[in-house]
Amino acid sequence: MNREDFLMFENNPDLIYFDNGATTFKPKRVIDKINDYYTKYTANAHRGDYDISLKVDKEYEETREVVQGFINSESPNEIVFTKGTTDSLNMIIFGFMRYYLKSGDEVLITKAEHASNVLPWFELEKELGIVVKFIPLTEEYKVTLDNIKKVVTEKTKVISLAHVTNVIGDIRPIKEISKYAHDNNMLMVLDGAQSVPHIKTDVKDLDVDFLAFSGHKMLGPTGIGVLYGKLKYLEVMHPLEFGGGMNSRFESTKELEYKELPLRLEAGTQNIEGVLGLKEAILYLEEIGLDKIHEHEAGLREYLIKRLEEVDNVEVYNPKSESGLVIFNLEGIFAEDTSRYLNHYNICVRAGNHCTKMVKDEIKVKNTCRISLYLYNTKEEIDKLIEVLKESKNIYNIIL
Amino acid sequence: MDSNFRREIIVDNASNPFHKEKKDKDFITANTHNESCIDNIDLYVKVQDDKIVDAYFDGEACAITTSATSIMLKNIIGKSLDEARSIMKEYYKMLNEEEYKEDMLGELNAYSNISKQPSRLKCARLPFETLEKTFHIYETEK
Ligand SMILES: Cc1ncc(COP(=O)(O)O)c(C=O)c1O
Repeated sequence: MNREDFLMFENNPDLIYFDNGATTFKPKRVIDKINDYYTKYTANAHRGDYDISLKVDKEYEETREVVQGFINSESPNEIVFTKGTTDSLNMIIFGFMRYYLKSGDEVLITKAEHASNVLPWFELEKELGIVVKFIPLTEEYKVTLDNIKKVVTEKTKVISLAHVTNVIGDIRPIKEISKYAHDNNMLMVLDGAQSVPHIKTDVKDLDVDFLAFSGHKMLGPTGIGVLYGKLKYLEVMHPLEFGGGMNSRFESTKELEYKELPLRLEAGTQNIEGVLGLKEAILYLEEIGLDKIHEHEAGLREYLIKRLEEVDNVEVYNPKSESGLVIFNLEGIFAEDTSRYLNHYNICVRAGNHCTKMVKDEIKVKNTCRISLYLYNTKEEIDKLIEVLKESKNIYNIIL
Repeated sequence: MDSNFRREIIVDNASNPFHKEKKDKDFITANTHNESCIDNIDLYVKVQDDKIVDAYFDGEACAITTSATSIMLKNIIGKSLDEARSIMKEYYKMLNEEEYKEDMLGELNAYSNISKQPSRLKCARLPFETLEKTFHIYETEK
């Protein structure tokens, strides 16, 4: 749906893009907005009292309200602009958890988490002596409350999970997990990189303490993301960057004062084009409706799974996941060879372990091809993929 | 070599690789770890008195890397480090489209036109780069 809004298709009529988990195309509206900012009212935000600067300032702060509405948070002060999910998670872990946790405290993640929800924790483990533990996954690679209970101890203080994983694509029961976490004196951190673009995310309903997501995976620009945190936690979060924009005064006597939230956590000139572009992306998604987008993806996914069954030598590893993410291999063919073969037909899929290097312990195959769908994908594209996969007997004639 | 013959050699070695078996004791081990691709091969090399007396590999990689590793092992077992390095040198010359001694490379000639696909060049280089790592370990520990 809405393909006409994406110039990438106009400029690449034969391209089939199935790598939306990595990044997404941008609608014209987002590109126009960024272009307008650079051609009609370039100025810094928060500074200067001339018209174009005020306009930038106003639109920058309006975006915060748009994000607030989009994820249903309590206050725009709970919305901090970051570089992306990775940046947001690092701020949560090094700006908050570093001071909240102490040696011996336990943090629960899974082996299917993205590197960005793993490595900062590993670093904090080295630094503070916290203990990072893995929630066992079910046979279908899912997270269940029962499995969480198996590894929780009195020392468990945080559960940090992706809402939707970037390899398996299962939707985790976050509301239930959050409730359990809070009933047992734990905090809940949510990595929304793969979920916020695709399913309605309501931070009040899910009752998560922190949420991280990226603009570029939801039709917005690269280099912009969001950190949401409950006000009481953001208030005690330590900035990781100090400098302009985040201080309200400082003296040569070293007396200083930092700004209120959220500006305290946004040091330096911000990614203004990113913020303005993100606003358009969110408004665009809201106009179409995330429910409709999810429905479209679910329909495509069902069709894709059904049609993949027609191809003899394909193995699908996550036939039952709920999101628009399908991982597969051609029997006996290395994933990267398959992606090169598909590339020959202008079909973009991702080969690899998708930044979750530990998941191989769980699914026993180290590398897979991943198809990740979005609103602009079509059944016709899937038909073309199936046609090409059916011809894959001659893969080596194509790629060698 | 015509392109069908080249392809046949590569596919044969990729589907039925030579000495693909995990080893540990008595072998020097190095991995293909590489930033730009997901190939992941462990190379096991046994060297005595500067001579490669045995070698194996294990892991997952694309058809080019797997086959090139298989062929490389066939070529270097029984050779001295110097001899292996001369093969390596000719092989790199071939990949760079320079003049090279075809008769020194045997089946490795199958990759003679891989430079036409720049993205595959690094796959073809990987086995020898990893072999050099094992030589380096041998020489520093000697
Ligand atoms: C589940 C998940 N978490 C985190 C990230 C990191 O996002 P970014 O690279 O935008 O910081 C990704 C991106 O692939 C992801 O899929």
